[in-house]
Amino acid sequence: MRNPKVRVATTSLAGCFGCHMSFLDMDERIVALLEQVEFNRSPLTDIKHCDPCDIGLVEGGLCNVDNVHVLREFRQNCKILIAVGACAINGGVPAMRNHYSLQSCLEEAFLNEIGVDNPMIPNDEALPLLLDKVHPLHEVVHVDYYLPGCPPPADAFVKILTDLLEGREPSIPAEILHYD
Amino acid sequence: MSEASLESKKMRRIAVDPVSRVEGHGKITLLMDEENHIHEARLHIVEFRGFEKFIQGRPYREVPYFVQRLCGICPVSHHLAAAKAVDQLVGVDDLTPTSLKLRQLLHFGQTMQSHALHFFHLSSPDLLFGFGSDMKHRNIVGVIEDYPEIAIQGVKIRKYGQQVIAAIAGKRIHGAATVPGGMNKPLTINERDALLVDIADVIRWSQDAVALNETIHCSDQEHRDFGTLRTPFMSLVDPSGNLEMYHGGLRVRMADGAALVDQFDYRGYTELVREEIRPWSYMKFPYLQSLGKEQGWYRVGPLARVNNCDAITTPLAESARQRFKSLGGGAFVQDTLAYHWARMIEVLHCAESIERLLHDPEILGTDLQAPLGEKRSEGIGVIEAPRGTLFHHYKIDEDGLIEKANLIVSTTSNNQAMNESVRTVANQYIEGNEVTEGLLNHLEVAVRAYDPCLSCATHALGKMPLEVELVGIDGQVIDAVRKGSDGSFDRIG
Repeated sequence: MRNPKVRVATTSLAGCFGCHMSFLDMDERIVALLEQVEFNRSPLTDIKHCDPCDIGLVEGGLCNVDNVHVLREFRQNCKILIAVGACAINGGVPAMRNHYSLQSCLEEAFLNEIGVDNPMIPNDEALPLLLDKVHPLHEVVHVDYYLPGCPPPADAFVKILTDLLEGREPSIPAEILHYD
Repeated sequence: MSEASLESKKMRRIAVDPVSRVEGHGKITLLMDEENHIHEARLHIVEFRGFEKFIQGRPYREVPYFVQRLCGICPVSHHLAAAKAVDQLVGVDDLTPTSLKLRQLLHFGQTMQSHALHFFHLSSPDLLFGFGSDMKHRNIVGVIEDYPEIAIQGVKIRKYGQQVIAAIAGKRIHGAATVPGGMNKPLTINERDALLVDIADVIRWSQDAVALNETIHCSDQEHRDFGTLRTPFMSLVDPSGNLEMYHGGLRVRMADGAALVDQFDYRGYTELVREEIRPWSYMKFPYLQSLGKEQGWYRVGPLARVNNCDAITTPLAESARQRFKSLGGGAFVQDTLAYHWARMIEVLHCAESIERLLHDPEILGTDLQAPLGEKRSEGIGVIEAPRGTLFHHYKIDEDGLIEKANLIVSTTSNNQAMNESVRTVANQYIEGNEVTEGLLNHLEVAVRAYDPCLSCATHALGKMPLEVELVGIDGQVIDAVRKGSDGSFDRIG
């Protein structure tokens, strides 16, 4: 009997979606990948909560309580959790707000901004509570692998997934390992 | 109608909440009267970054490199809008011909890849399989299985756009393209020749994509009426009124086509547009100042641009535009779902323009740096991003450090329109007190037509799993339903 497909979940937390875009930059190679892999919860599918998965790819850091909630769900359900990209690994550009108080960031955007009629800070209960600081993933859950880059190149995604699919310890050669 | 007057009329409130707003992004609430008429729809945007604060004190040269990291789907848009503002800061009004053409080429590549992603990877499942089709199958994987030719062409159009970006910026996402008053590197003959190999195919596939969208849109009256509004349109146009993505004057036309402003210098944008804040969303609500808060909202993006322009400068896209315009009999095509069709006409325009630029000898020039002029304290850069008019505004101090930043991103300009389209669709499809699964699917389709980006990027990418509550005026839950991950539909209230 054929082995069932390897189940992969992906999500973007406090990121820019660039890592997901870079994942799609594998272009036509996605067709071959889909012969071995099925997507579970991902921005590309309708699945809203992780089923038990083999691999979880998480882009972005943590800037609000919802991000933390999703990350925990991924850790709970994914055998292997990979922190993808600069923001997941060290907070990235969104973490630049850590040099300031959250209040001053909100004030700048909503009270002091140019051309605004009615300065006020949005506070509806529909908005998830913002964290005081932006955090990388490993401060909250155990992370199995780190895929660096802003974003990691498509080849790096292909390599880490291929290694894992073939049961090898992942190894990214220097020429496709980028930190910018 | 103000919220206070709605409350006083004893409206009911329906909350449409993506259970997984953990993906960070939003939910919809509908305010509904006793006849089940939807008076207001709220699309809440729940992401907040604080960019306006933490950019302060940074050198202006860094700005184009930071801001592209606001959005990995259209990073080039932010990079270029910021670069145009930075050009002004260093006293440059005119780039060298080669730098201007390289930026245009870069922008065409970016618009192509972003539009292709949106249609093929995200929206085509709705349009090919139907709004209410099997949820498990309604994604790009399903399209690859059922329509492999369409899916692969889409993947390849996006790939080509990304390759254009990589040739100029060094990599596909978050590259290094601009410097103040110029470009970082020339395009080599080898890079140009590599891009020429596939361009004829890309033009042909883009024509197919236009034809497919025309067929989808015109074959079903439901598509024409779906979330359709009558709004003013805003876009840049070139000095002759042609479609223009990189640089031009602002044109705003009323719903009936009458001109509000034309060839407006975008550096005066604060006279044209103001923004309102509402407590339930981090996304502001821009409006045209002369029309006021209530009447002044407008739409931007492909639908606005293709309607607003007098012509498109490339022949295949111009012929496609004329077919598009004939749908409105000369008047604006206001169909919200026609955004998709207009988007593909723009892909075709990008493909033709890329071919034209690649054959232009100046594209291989090496004179990339315009002489710097007297430093200025303020720069305002505006471009037509894939999703619409994008405003970047910076002020610097004497040391060249950022003092103030203001951005009006494209999706923000469509904020009120997205809310109105959701309201229209909800009105059209809601039945009694019961929130049906069809309504949920349809609300998503209405939002997705606008290709919302940035803070709401997950909306655009994800099929929102939804939970809907119908709450009576006393706060009691009347009805609640949940759309499950397996496509199931449960009543939970």
